[in-house]
Amino acid sequence: MATSTGVDNRKLFMWLFLASECLFFGSLIAAYLLYRGQHGVPCMDGDLSTCVFPTDRTINGVEYEGIFDIPFTSVSAFVLLMSSVSMVLALAAIQRGNVRAMRIWLFTTAALGALFVGGQAFEFTEFYREGLTLETNLFGTTFYVLTGFHGAHVTIGVLVLFSLLIWSSRGKIQAKDSLNIELAGLYWHFVDIVWIVIFTLIYLIQP
Amino acid sequence: MAGVAQAGNPLGRALRDVRHMAEDRYSIWSWIATVDHKRIGIMYGITAFTFFLIGGVEALLLRIQLAQPNSTFLDPDQFNRLFTMHGTTMIFLVVMPLSAAFFNLVIPLMIGARDVAFPRLNSFSFWAFLAGGIFLNASFFIRGNIFEGDIGAPGAGWFGYAPLTSTEFSPGHGIDFWILGLLILGVASMAGGFNFIVTILNMRAPGMTLLRMPLFVWMTLVTSFLIIFAMPVITVALFELLFDRLYNANFFNASVGGSPLLWQHMFWLFGHPEVYILILPAMGIVSEILPTFSKKPLFGYPFVVFSGVAIGFMSWGVWVHHMYTTGLGTVANSAFGLSTILIGVPTGVKIFNWLATMWGGSISIKTPLLMCAGFVTMFTIGGLSGVLHTMVPSDFQQQDTYFVVAHFHYVLFGGSIFALFAGVYYWFPKFTGKLLGEGLGQLHFWLMLIGFNLTFFPMHISGLLGMPRRIYTYQEGFGFDTLNMMSTVGGFIIAASMLVFITNFISSLRNGEKSGRDPWDARTLEWSLPSPVPNYNFKEVPVVEARDAFWYTKYRENEEGVVVRIEGAAADDEEDDGEGGHGIHLPSPSYFPLIAAAGLPIIATGLIYDPALVAVGVATTMIGVFGWAIEPPTERR
Repeated sequence: MATSTGVDNRKLFMWLFLASECLFFGSLIAAYLLYRGQHGVPCMDGDLSTCVFPTDRTINGVEYEGIFDIPFTSVSAFVLLMSSVSMVLALAAIQRGNVRAMRIWLFTTAALGALFVGGQAFEFTEFYREGLTLETNLFGTTFYVLTGFHGAHVTIGVLVLFSLLIWSSRGKIQAKDSLNIELAGLYWHFVDIVWIVIFTLIYLIQP
Repeated sequence: MAGVAQAGNPLGRALRDVRHMAEDRYSIWSWIATVDHKRIGIMYGITAFTFFLIGGVEALLLRIQLAQPNSTFLDPDQFNRLFTMHGTTMIFLVVMPLSAAFFNLVIPLMIGARDVAFPRLNSFSFWAFLAGGIFLNASFFIRGNIFEGDIGAPGAGWFGYAPLTSTEFSPGHGIDFWILGLLILGVASMAGGFNFIVTILNMRAPGMTLLRMPLFVWMTLVTSFLIIFAMPVITVALFELLFDRLYNANFFNASVGGSPLLWQHMFWLFGHPEVYILILPAMGIVSEILPTFSKKPLFGYPFVVFSGVAIGFMSWGVWVHHMYTTGLGTVANSAFGLSTILIGVPTGVKIFNWLATMWGGSISIKTPLLMCAGFVTMFTIGGLSGVLHTMVPSDFQQQDTYFVVAHFHYVLFGGSIFALFAGVYYWFPKFTGKLLGEGLGQLHFWLMLIGFNLTFFPMHISGLLGMPRRIYTYQEGFGFDTLNMMSTVGGFIIAASMLVFITNFISSLRNGEKSGRDPWDARTLEWSLPSPVPNYNFKEVPVVEARDAFWYTKYRENEEGVVVRIEGAAADDEEDDGEGGHGIHLPSPSYFPLIAAAGLPIIATGLIYDPALVAVGVATTMIGVFGWAIEPPTERR
């Protein structure tokens, strides 16, 4: 349909939605940054021996081993980044009218996304086992909520991708419907970029 | 063959039956499944007005309590819960959705479109708003019999400052209902915000360039941008509070280093743009009505447009003026004091433009104009007391006194509500074909104006005398007694004015004077359509050649440079029974937005009481969303 700006309604909607999401993640990240490295009163009961820190540190002469596994999370970040590549390939395929290739790349993207979410579930479980919960300290609170909301976004993306796969298996997505794939792709890349920011701020730049 | 297969399938048959019911224009199902922006606008208006009455009753209860010193009509706890619900209701369930009602009713008509960009999303916005409003108000009933005084509603103020909202200081589930209710309402507002930005940017008729758009369209655009950027901030703040309360997170827990100030920053970073979300649509309405009733184009159109845009940007840089007394330091306070003074400039520009619009015009004194004049004067008084708040030392004295209450009622009631009523009187004929009674309308205006000033003007004085807000009573002998009695009497006069309005509304709906297309000799495209507007809006999409597009088709300058009416232009005799327009593609009615919205309060209830309900809610919303995605959006009328 012809629009006043020439941009499709749904595409404009998606860009606006992503702009709005910037404020959503921006607020979450702001809260994380505000509390970053504040472990002066790190635990509910003030007993340092029960405390959990993101990385190694020494407090009052006592050394604590951090719980981050940087290599593991780097791999899962790489997995998510690669899923953006396959997403681009899926869009390129359907724009050429190659439904079969699109389905393969969509599946790859969804699978890589699911792998990332699985990695996050594993990480959360590990941290929980080592004593880090929402209640433990400000790190636990901000870490779980920020990365958890990101994980929820990836999960929704995976659901969307699988829905598109099922939809396409009924022959409902042809070259003329490539906008559906493009919109899912915009969302997917955005969630990816957010992870680059989060990964850098939480894991790579230590307080 | 497909039809036969479907007929054999009970679910398919049931689905088809309800679809048929939705296609009968006179059936209740056609309202429930409607995606017509005009019907959604009417539902928004009626729902928001109902909440207005509820919020008004809450205010009257507060005023009865405060009429006399040492009153025991309400206890402190009931007082807290009632003023919390009054504020929350008036902002989120009244002024925002009433503005949304006008967005829905007139934006597509003003830009020459047949509907909004996403009709089903529009319907979802309404149902989510209704769901959020009901959910929020359901909190009244969670503690027992409210008629015996066991009010369960939240009691920490509409601003919900930490740590007052923590489980320690606000036990029970009132605050949880508040958080989740606002989250649902936020979803509704954001969906509306996206929809109207796309509609305004993308659905304009040929020739409707940005600088030919009516002012109300511009202000809706700015407001929608504010909504989609401000709502995510409060959403995050509310989620953080929710995690603190339900799962013992520490965001606002000072005992482990959490900062209650974080809440205030996030709340007001949302809250100040929100103030402009509440007032900009009102300014847009006034900017439509004043030119029409002054028979002059809006004075300085581009200045008014860019002032509105400037206000939109600047509204992000003034939030700390709500927090001067929190100890952020002189540098922060001075900087935000300065930015707050600056935001007064574009606001002042608009006021002068409205005055200049009326200046020298041939003014017809009808209720819409009176309401607008009320808006300009009352809003100016509120704006001036707002300027006093920008000055930090002055604000330190006024913080948490009735002076602040007076200020924001002058801008929100004296401002928004007057303008919204102006809009009701102005556009009522367009959607009903009948005029609201002029006599009762003027009575409504004068009663409301007198009642409003009697209620809120004395609060300036009681506030300067030091009467603190949010306190359930006061002692004798501080000089508050007479002032408070005046405020209470004024409150009841406002209530009386609402009874006049309701009487007028109902009687005009039944036997009001017929209005025809263009009762006000108006300037914008909606008046070129029959009243009430047929469901397809424009039989032919109009081509716009000038600002004030409809006026331009009615009048032109003759040889002597005098503006004369073009003979036979926009004649009213051509009656349109709404039966034309066959073959126009209109969006089909759909139940799925309602289903998707219905899942939200179920999820919210589940989060508070029972995880199993969360699953039910998620499933409901998923059914709605998937059904929506699969269902074809349009069929031939």
